[in-house]
Amino acid sequence: MNIIEIKGVTKIYDKNTIPVHALNGIDLTFQEGEFASIVGPSGSGKTTLLNILGGLDDATDGVVLIDGVDLTALSGAKKTTFRKNKIGFVFQSFNLIPVLTVQENIEFIMQLQGIAREDREKRTAELLEAIGLSDRKNSRPNKLSGGQQQRVAVARALASKPKFILADEPTANLDSKSAENLLDIMGKLNREENITFIFSTHDLRVMNKAKRIITIEDGKVISDVVKEEIHNLI
Amino acid sequence: MSSYVKMAWRNIWRNKRRTLITTASVFFGVILSVFMGSMQEGSYSQYISAIVNSYSGYLQIHQKGYWADKEINNSFEYNPIIESKIADIKEITIFTPRLETFCLASSADVTKGVMVMGVDPPKEDKITNISGKLKEGSYLKKGDNGIIVGSRLARFLKLGINDTLVLIGQGVHGASAAGKYPVRGIIKHPSPELDRSLVCMDIQACQELFSAPGILTSLVIMVHDNEEVALSRNNLIHSFSEMEVMDWKEMNQLLLKQIDSDRASGVIIKGILYIIIAFGIIGTVIMIMAERKKEFGVMLSIGMHRFQLIIVVLLETIFIGMVGVVAGIIASIPILYYFLFNPIPFTGQAEEMMLQMGFEPAMYFSMMPSIFYEQALIIFIFTLLIGIYPLVNIQKLIIIHALRS
Repeated sequence: MNIIEIKGVTKIYDKNTIPVHALNGIDLTFQEGEFASIVGPSGSGKTTLLNILGGLDDATDGVVLIDGVDLTALSGAKKTTFRKNKIGFVFQSFNLIPVLTVQENIEFIMQLQGIAREDREKRTAELLEAIGLSDRKNSRPNKLSGGQQQRVAVARALASKPKFILADEPTANLDSKSAENLLDIMGKLNREENITFIFSTHDLRVMNKAKRIITIEDGKVISDVVKEEIHNLI
Repeated sequence: MSSYVKMAWRNIWRNKRRTLITTASVFFGVILSVFMGSMQEGSYSQYISAIVNSYSGYLQIHQKGYWADKEINNSFEYNPIIESKIADIKEITIFTPRLETFCLASSADVTKGVMVMGVDPPKEDKITNISGKLKEGSYLKKGDNGIIVGSRLARFLKLGINDTLVLIGQGVHGASAAGKYPVRGIIKHPSPELDRSLVCMDIQACQELFSAPGILTSLVIMVHDNEEVALSRNNLIHSFSEMEVMDWKEMNQLLLKQIDSDRASGVIIKGILYIIIAFGIIGTVIMIMAERKKEFGVMLSIGMHRFQLIIVVLLETIFIGMVGVVAGIIASIPILYYFLFNPIPFTGQAEEMMLQMGFEPAMYFSMMPSIFYEQALIIFIFTLLIGIYPLVNIQKLIIIHALRS
């Protein structure tokens, strides 16, 4: 089942009256349970594509259907509600809320969703268990290592039970051990709970773990490879 | 909502030094403003109390038109019905009759226009404490045929105790009035005007002098405190619809105008003070907005609505202001409490000036609740106004730009 379907997506930035074509008519679909990686050189349009998929930016042209809803037709407030309920975000520099503890950071979105306290606490405990940070639930983000912070960011992204998670260079600020650890956790969540992950990355480790690699250059998809299909062919 | 409060409270302490500097400016501003307000209100209370307790009382009843034209024919007959109607109003603690008019007073070789005030000596003393103002001699007894005079008047007429003063004037309906009266006492009246002109005598003697038996020009009425004046005034108007009922404010409009103009100057000074404080808070809020742009972008991207973020930042602004206000009020209470019971005395020329104006030569303080809550209200309003900045900023925030910042 397609959870993301984009058709002819174009994004033109009007930089100082000289238009910059960040995306040039991209067509893509993502199915539930994918573990996909969008790769390409800097300035190729990876982050722009992720921003449009996440409803953080609007396409200049084209259709963006997420879970059957045309994102381009939603107003600002409706788009926020949509993001809160359907999309999880993991950022390159973790971006946890510094004044909240690990537990409060994970609960934050659930609070915004209006989920009852008991249910929130139960879900948070499960996620902390999944990322192996149950013993750090009362710590503030500045007391955690980069890898631990990014694991909390993953847990926060999962807290709202989103349709998919968009991760923009999630391993860029991590050492290799932390990056491996994080990818293992995300891989496990993908395999065991069928959670969809879409990465934008330069990191070979991410590409190695990804089941599908989409390469973008100059705002166009130049290759879209599903590893399993290649294996089958071989 | 509690999570917003918790987040806002924690946020303001992320940069402790900056928050402490900002709240310290509010703290000292509040102390200064409370101190100034307390001095002003304390002085006004003292002026009002001096006027009320030395002459006008809280309320007076007259014949209609008497206050505009203080003439003996604008008088009324005192009777037991009036007395019982007044006695029915429970807020009234005491009332006393007066017959006031003007005539010429002559001593051995000097003559001067004076104000004659016929009073019920014991009752009048309870209200205006004339006996407490005696410099020489003794106070009047009921039915006394002597007089009490102001010290400046006595000096002008070269009068001493037991000297005789001749009064010549016009009684009710044009009857001639003349009599001679021994001086029983000389008082130092706090009002310079009255000290220069007052002749006080027993009301019966006064009524005889002016051919006005049973006639009064005013009934002076006291209530427990200023809070009861409005209610008592309404009750009196209801009971004496055909007469003129005035409260101390109506009778002392000049003083009230002076107080109002002094208050206005205080408002200007406080306004300048609070504008300076507000700029401190604005600076902090601008820094908060600039520093946390990315964080705001993250919060909006993960699903927080803009209005929810505005609430958090607005709470932060309010907290920064209110922490200073609460601390300032708490710190100012013991200081004011001390000065409430230990007014600052004036010395030298200031003391003389105050005495000449008929006031106690001291700076009095007040602890009226409004002095405190006004500060909280002003800062709260200022913080709400300052909150417009983050409100507009967050509304305009472009998430992807914020995330890149």
